[in-house]
Amino acid sequence: MLWSWDFAAEALPLLLRGFGNTLIATAGGTALAVVLGLLLAVLLRVLPRWIRWLLRLLVAVVRNTPLIMQLVFVWTLFSTSEALIGVPALVVGTLVIGVHYATYMSESYRAGIDAVPPGQWEAISALSLPPVRAFRSVVLPQALRATVPSLGNYAIAMFKDTPFLIAIGVGELVWSAQSFGGRSFAYTEAFTLAGLIFLAASYPTSLAVRRLEKSLASY
Amino acid sequence: MAEDLVRLVDFLPQLGDGLLVTVQLALGGALGSFAIALLLGLAMVAPTRWLAVPARIVVEFFRGTSLLVQLFWLFYVLPLLGAELDPLMCGILALALNYGAYSAEVVRSSVMHVEPGQWEAALALSLTPARRMFRVILPQAWALMIPSLATLQIQLLKGTAVASFLTLQDLNERIDILRQDTGDTLFSYSVGFLLYFVLAWLIQVTMDLLEALAKRRLGRDPSDAGFVGRLVAGAGTSAGAGEADAPGTAEPAVAKGGAR
Repeated sequence: MLWSWDFAAEALPLLLRGFGNTLIATAGGTALAVVLGLLLAVLLRVLPRWIRWLLRLLVAVVRNTPLIMQLVFVWTLFSTSEALIGVPALVVGTLVIGVHYATYMSESYRAGIDAVPPGQWEAISALSLPPVRAFRSVVLPQALRATVPSLGNYAIAMFKDTPFLIAIGVGELVWSAQSFGGRSFAYTEAFTLAGLIFLAASYPTSLAVRRLEKSLASY
Repeated sequence: MAEDLVRLVDFLPQLGDGLLVTVQLALGGALGSFAIALLLGLAMVAPTRWLAVPARIVVEFFRGTSLLVQLFWLFYVLPLLGAELDPLMCGILALALNYGAYSAEVVRSSVMHVEPGQWEAALALSLTPARRMFRVILPQAWALMIPSLATLQIQLLKGTAVASFLTLQDLNERIDILRQDTGDTLFSYSVGFLLYFVLAWLIQVTMDLLEALAKRRLGRDPSDAGFVGRLVAGAGTSAGAGEADAPGTAEPAVAKGGAR
């Protein structure tokens, strides 16, 4: 027997409960990455040169090393430090995944800011707008138009990376599938359903982002 | 610190074994993903829907389900269906399928971004469809797709760390052992991050080199091919370097939808 509907029906509620944690990590990680990414992009413009260089190196290291390794590293640091030992794995995982994707999103923000036409910058200095005001009301709204679709794509990518949180023991969707499979040997049902849940959530979202990309590009 | 370094030196052979497993996964995954990308990417631009639609479905399927789900499916479910793969093959196959689907999108997009004039010229010369694709379009698309493929190859390298979920002793797993050995988290993981960083850098350098070569073969000025590319291109007799860089050489934004 390759597929049992009984096992599938038994697994589904457990998987959906795990999926709750997947969604929490994705939402929290995206919120953190969207804010921190913008902060990084701005800091990489305004900080003194040597700090900028250091920050850029740090960003490059975070981007070019495995997320799983970063998760385990930070989790170990947290669980060996007296002050931080009680922090739940889901919170640590969300923080790490958020910082990881912030380094990607900062690049999208940078590209968006670079895409603001030079005339706009000239107009800012001609009107002698204060820098904060100029950034908030002139540069950012225009930069975001080019940035938002790519932020959406990173959020979807982050969603599909949340199973890595298993490495620090977070009970998310794939963990639930694995533990159900381990108990019942119904691995087929558990992992197939897990894959379908991912597909059902990520495919419509990526279609929506593609549509958004088109509608924003047609301005 | 000095103690840590002594431990590290003792640990070097094991670290080397781990590195070897990671490199095998990355290379196997890279070759596999490239073959899959070429196959699915070209099928997606095929004139007949009988090829284009199934290829699109396969690509969306492997892009939409997570890498870890695919890996566990191959590892846990495939044996139940009577096909047991050893963990290394499992890892390579999952990486190749997942990143192959992402790369197929890059291949498709690059082929579509080759200048229309090139398609028209090949048609006007009444080249057969196969010759048109393999002698005219693909060599130009290849130069366009390399930067995005480089990004994906680095993603694949980072993805190899899932191997430790398959009981494989890759670099990621070895670093964890080193941490237990030394009891120094910061030190061991700094070593790990450094090694992965160097591997990623090697991938970038290799891809820059390939891009420079691809552009030179097309007779284009490789001046925007990065530092190493310039070094390589400067060494030979600059064949066709006088030709003006066509405006069409600007990279398409292929990474946007696909790269992670």
